[in-house]
Amino acid sequence: MKKLSVLFGAALLAGTAFAPTARAGDELTITSWGGAYSESQRKAYYEPYVAAGNKITEAEYNGEVAKIKAMVEAKAITWDVIDVDSPTALQACADGALEVIDWAKLGLDKAKFIGSDVSECAVPSIVFGTVFGYDTSKMATGPTSINDLFDLAKFPGKRGLQKNPTVNLEWALIADGVANADVYKVLATPEGVDRAFKKLDTIKSDIVWWEAGAQAPQLLADGQVAMTSAWNGRLQAAIDKDKKPFKIVWDHQGLDWDLWSITKGTPKIEEAYRFIAFASGAAPQAEQTKHIAYGPANSDAIPNVDPSTLPNLPTAPDNMKTAFNIDTQFWADHGDELKERFNAWLAK
Amino acid sequence: MADDVVRTADGIPLKTKLRQAERRELRRALLLIAPLFLFIVMSFLIPILVMLKNAFYDPDLGNNLPQTTELLRQWDGKTLPGEDVFAAFAADLKVASKAKTVARVGKRLNYEIPTLKSKVTVTARKLDKVETGPWMEAVTNADPIWNDVSTWVVVKRAGSAVTPFYLLSALDLKQADDGSIERTPVERRIYVQVLGRTLGISLLVTLCTLVLGYPVAFMLATLPQRTASILMIFVLLPFWTSLLVRTTAWTILLQDGGVMAQFLNISGLTWIANKLGIISGEPHLFKTRFATVLAMTHIQLPFTLLPIYSVMKTISPTYMRAAKSLGATPFHALRTVYVPQTMSGVAAGCLLTFILSLGYFITPALVGGGSDNMIAGFIDTAMNSEGNWGKSSALGFVLLTATLTLYYIYNRLIGIDKMKLG
Repeated sequence: MKKLSVLFGAALLAGTAFAPTARAGDELTITSWGGAYSESQRKAYYEPYVAAGNKITEAEYNGEVAKIKAMVEAKAITWDVIDVDSPTALQACADGALEVIDWAKLGLDKAKFIGSDVSECAVPSIVFGTVFGYDTSKMATGPTSINDLFDLAKFPGKRGLQKNPTVNLEWALIADGVANADVYKVLATPEGVDRAFKKLDTIKSDIVWWEAGAQAPQLLADGQVAMTSAWNGRLQAAIDKDKKPFKIVWDHQGLDWDLWSITKGTPKIEEAYRFIAFASGAAPQAEQTKHIAYGPANSDAIPNVDPSTLPNLPTAPDNMKTAFNIDTQFWADHGDELKERFNAWLAK
Repeated sequence: MADDVVRTADGIPLKTKLRQAERRELRRALLLIAPLFLFIVMSFLIPILVMLKNAFYDPDLGNNLPQTTELLRQWDGKTLPGEDVFAAFAADLKVASKAKTVARVGKRLNYEIPTLKSKVTVTARKLDKVETGPWMEAVTNADPIWNDVSTWVVVKRAGSAVTPFYLLSALDLKQADDGSIERTPVERRIYVQVLGRTLGISLLVTLCTLVLGYPVAFMLATLPQRTASILMIFVLLPFWTSLLVRTTAWTILLQDGGVMAQFLNISGLTWIANKLGIISGEPHLFKTRFATVLAMTHIQLPFTLLPIYSVMKTISPTYMRAAKSLGATPFHALRTVYVPQTMSGVAAGCLLTFILSLGYFITPALVGGGSDNMIAGFIDTAMNSEGNWGKSSALGFVLLTATLTLYYIYNRLIGIDKMKLG
C-alpha cells in the first residue's frame, strides 16, 4: 500500500510537468514600453476599450526583437499586440514574426496615416523624437545644439545616453560635421562607423547608460547627469506631470514611429484587429496627446489636438528645423553588426 | 545442523536475508527520491544539455540553403565555385524568399562577414526578378561580394550543422579561410576580458563577504542565545527582501548628492580624499566598480555567513578553554585551534558565494558602469537583444566549463566533498 501511494505521487508529479501553460481565455495581451508612454496608452486606448466591454492584459518590454521571434518560433505566443518602433517592425517582419496587416480588415484609410508605408506588418500609432534635455535649475544657460552634447569643456558633467547604437551613432557623426542627408551614407562605410565611435570615445567616460525609457528623466531628476538623451514625450511628461524644470533641446532630433503590430500565429487575431482599429481612430489618437507629447499618426486626429500641446509635439514646425528621420531600412540591414560592435565598445 | 552457515528461522541463509532486506530498503529510498530526481532532470539537466548543444549545433543555415550546402560539401574551397553551386544558391534563395527565411540566412552569415545581411537580402530581392540562368552572372551582378572566395568559404562552413564558430567567438577566436584559428580583430575582442573580469569581481566579493562575515558569524555563535537570536534577525531580514529592491536601495544611497555622498561630505572624508588627491571634487560612487562590489557583497553576505555560522555552532567552547589552559595566548588559540575547525564552513560559504556571484547581471547593470558588465549580462544581451542563441549558449558553455574547472581545483586543494560539516 505504501509503495503504491509513493508510486502514485511520483506519477502525479511527473504528469504536472507536462501540463501546458495556459493564458486567461479571452484577454488580449498588449505589449508596450512602460512608464509615461504606457500610462498615456492606458488613458487614451486601454481604459475606453475595456469600458466598451473588452478584456486587456498589459505587458512590457524594451524593444527586444529576439523575444518576439523566440515566441513565434516556439509557438508559445504570450503577446498578441506589440507596440514596436520601426527598426523592430522591419526586422521582425522580415523574419516572419509579425502578421501582414490587412488595411481593409482594419477599416482604415491607409493614405490618412503618416508612415503607413514604413512596414507592411505594422500600423503607425505615434511619431516620436529622440531629443536631449537638461535641468534648468542646475544649468542657467543650457545647451542649444547637438555639438553641446559632446562639448565637455563648455558643459561639464555626465551625459545620459541610451544603451543602444541607434541615434547615438548618428548624433556622433552629425556633431563631427556630417550633414543630415549624408549621415546614413557615411555610417554605411566601415570608416564612417569608426569615425562615429571615435567621436563617442571623447565623452565615453562621462556617459551614464539608460535602458528603459523611464530611466532618462529619472537620471536627470536625481542630478546624476547634466543632460540626457530621451524620448521627447518622457521628458515632456516629467515637465507637465511632475513639474520638473527640464528643458528639451530639439536640435537634430531623430524622428521615428511607434507602430502597432500583431504577433504571427496569435490565436486572438480578430481581437487584435479590433483593438488596433479602435486605437487608430481620430478621437483616441487626439486623446493620447493630452497625456504624452507624441504626434498622432492619424492625420484626422491633428485638428482635435489641444493647441497648447501643439508646440511640444515632435512634428511642430519649430522643432522640425534640423530633425532627421531615423533610416529604418539602414538599421534593419546593419543593426545586427552595429549592435555587436557597440556592445563590444561598451565593454572595454 | 551440519553446515556452519548461519540461517534464519525459515532456513534461508542470514546473508541472503540481509541482502534482500537491504535491496528492499534501497528500492524504497529510490522510489522516494524518484519525483525529485525526475524534476531535477527535466527542469535542470535537460535544459542545460539543450543549451550546451546549441553552442556547437546550428542546422539553421543548412536547412535554409539545402541544395547549396550539399554542393558546397564537395567544393575544394580554393577557387570560385562552379555554375551548379550558383544555380543551387539562386534556387535556395528563391525558396527562402517565399518562406521569409532570407533574413535568417543573412543574419547567420553576417556574424562572420559584416554587411552580408543586407547583401543577402538585396541579392534575394534581385534574383526574384531573374527567371533563368546563367546564374553565376546573375548572382555576382546582384552583389560583387559573391565573386569572393572567402564569402563562399564562410557559406560552406556555416552550412555544416556541427560548428565550432560560436565556441570560438566566445573565446575571441575565429577561423581564417584556410581553417586555422586566429584571434578576432581588436575592436571585437571582449569575451576573454569579460570572463576575467567576472572571475575577478566574484573573487573580490567572496573575499569581502568572508572578511565581513567571519567575525559576525563568530559573534552569533558565541553570544548567549537571546542576543544571538535578535542579531540573527538582522542578518536574515535583508536576505528575505527581493534582490531587485535591495539593488534599487543601493541606487538611492549611492547616487550623486545622495545619502552616502552627503555623509562623506559632512564627515570630512571628501575633504581628506581631495587633499590626498584620490578624487577631485564631489565623490562619484554611483555607476562604478565600487558600487557593484558593494551591492554584491551586501547581497551575498548571508550566503557566506550562514554556513560558517552553522559550523561554528557545532564547535564546543571547551577546545578554546583547553588551549588557553595549556598556555596559548587567545590569538594563538584562535589561529591554531578554532579557525581550522571552521574551515569546512568557510570553504562551503565561499564556494557558494563565488558561484552565485558568477551569475550576476542585474546588479552590475543597475549600479555598475559600462565597463562592469559581467558575462551573464552578455549572455542576456546575446539572447534577448541580438537573438543569437548560438553565442549565448557558447558563452554559457564557457562559463560552465570555467566554473567546473575552478570547482575541481578547489576540491583538490580543500577536499570539500570529503568534509563532514559538523
